[in-house]
Amino acid sequence: MARSVTTQRKIINTTAAWAVGLLIFFPILWTILTSFKTEATAIADPPVFLAFDWTLENYTTVMERSNYMRFLWNSVIIAGGSTLLGIIIAVPAAWSMAFVPSKRTKDILLWMLSTKMLPAVGVLYPIYLIFIKLGLLDSRTGLIIVLMLMNLPIIVWMLYTYFKEIPGEILEAARMDGASLKEEILYVLTPMAIPGIASTLLLNFILAWNEAFWTLNLTAAKAAPLTAFIASYSSPEGLFYAKLSAASTMAIAPILILGWFSQKQLVSGLTFGAVK
Amino acid sequence: MGRITLDKVSKSFGEVEVIPPLDLTIENGEFTVFVGPSGCGKSTLLRLIAGLEDTSGGHIRIDGNDATHVPPAKRGLAMVFQSYALYPHMSVRKNIAFPMKMAGVPEDEQNRRIDAAANALNLSDYLDRRPGQLSGGQRQRVAIGRAIVREPAAFLFDEPLSNLDAALRVGMRLEISELHERLKTTMIYVTHDQVEAMTMADKIVVLRAGVIEQVGSPLELYHEPGNEFVAGFIGSPKMNLIKGAEAEKHGAATVGIRPEHTDVSTTEGTWNGVVGVAEHLGSDTFIHVHETGLTDMFTVRITGDIQVKHGDKIYLTPQLDKLHRFDAQGLRIE
Repeated sequence: MARSVTTQRKIINTTAAWAVGLLIFFPILWTILTSFKTEATAIADPPVFLAFDWTLENYTTVMERSNYMRFLWNSVIIAGGSTLLGIIIAVPAAWSMAFVPSKRTKDILLWMLSTKMLPAVGVLYPIYLIFIKLGLLDSRTGLIIVLMLMNLPIIVWMLYTYFKEIPGEILEAARMDGASLKEEILYVLTPMAIPGIASTLLLNFILAWNEAFWTLNLTAAKAAPLTAFIASYSSPEGLFYAKLSAASTMAIAPILILGWFSQKQLVSGLTFGAVK
Repeated sequence: MGRITLDKVSKSFGEVEVIPPLDLTIENGEFTVFVGPSGCGKSTLLRLIAGLEDTSGGHIRIDGNDATHVPPAKRGLAMVFQSYALYPHMSVRKNIAFPMKMAGVPEDEQNRRIDAAANALNLSDYLDRRPGQLSGGQRQRVAIGRAIVREPAAFLFDEPLSNLDAALRVGMRLEISELHERLKTTMIYVTHDQVEAMTMADKIVVLRAGVIEQVGSPLELYHEPGNEFVAGFIGSPKMNLIKGAEAEKHGAATVGIRPEHTDVSTTEGTWNGVVGVAEHLGSDTFIHVHETGLTDMFTVRITGDIQVKHGDKIYLTPQLDKLHRFDAQGLRIE
């Protein structure tokens, strides 16, 4: 008997997928909804789902109290800068690992990944002291460097996986055709790896955007990105859930929109290499 | 110009010596074929000449200049790969232009050479396509076009026809031969297919386990194989090699007789056996004979058709002037 997907099966699958999707999305949805409530409705018990008086009051208050644009700009600079710097360092590294591997390449890759298993707080003290010494505290440059280092293992791994898929003979052909190493990487390898590089860029931009530990601990006022903007509405303001939600929504909106428009690229990028 | 000299060139991968020190001269304009069973080191040797592998010892000279440590980009050689190795993100035109772009050839000169190559290779209609939109034969022609426009000192071909189907392979074989006639540039061609070697080469280099077994023109190798290995490798179907008492009669440890140098009769002859399989090709018939007491299977080739079937008794008579004799070391006895 031929395997066919029955209508009934389709309905079950679709419902299940929607249920899981909603479950994952619910906290974000709740945050967005809360941001349009008054402070009183926000903490109402039992909670109100949709039937409340929608208000933009929280957003106006937040905009009045803090300089959203400055936080946003810092986020863009830090996330963008660390991602770009990371790619520039990772492309040659991944090239050498993929195309001229040594006996220890696999070990180095694993070792790099193992650094991600260390709790960040474990190195907070030394990094903090280094930052004081170098005068990097509360500077965008400092954060770009730290976030780049934090994401570098992931960038190298992802690029390594993409590069492995590129046939070595094509690079040898470039060498025979008179290309120098730089030209080989620039004109042949990079254009062929563009889809992979794009999804690496995207994923790391998102990771850096959402990073809260280092951005909160190493910044004060000047270089603080949107994570600090959210945090500023959590503890000192006490129980202002609606304003906190408004701030959170404003902080995640740009990355949510970016993710929405690039979801195809992201999914295909993340499964690249796994599925041939 | 493209005279390539290998002087005691050797290659080891770790502990394993794949090519012991080896000497070879490839004259300018010569079509040289490296042939041998898989794993004999023929591709490695080509890659050493290309510079894609570093030599472990010895010197490679191109037109007298020591190129041993010159990077591949600077050796002035062009290579055509088995997988074509085209740049998938570039159009055919850009693929062909790439080596000239790297060499800084002026754009109008680039276009002139691209058009000439495209004309010669029937690619004019495909210049704006991507390699992914071309058939295997067209891709191989693009790869050749990319090699031609550089005007290299020599062309290196690494099993360029293995990925093509049988009919295309014959066509491309002729095109490459014609290209050589026209350009008169040195070509080194690696293949495991002895038919390609025989039909294309000026000079064949037979390799086994990294060692040159014999160098010579196709017909020299056919008529006067220097040893048992070359005798068995060159020629299709393979030469029959007979050891033991029958060989001693001729004063040799082994005698060889080609399938086409054996006469067949159903009534009388020097040797006899039983027909195993008869392959009728129309123009020729290959008969595989068992129970001859000479070898496990003795092959004969007859022009035209002969009516024999499985189990028939058959008589074989070697043409004694075409008999090859080899000593205990497998070397030819003149």
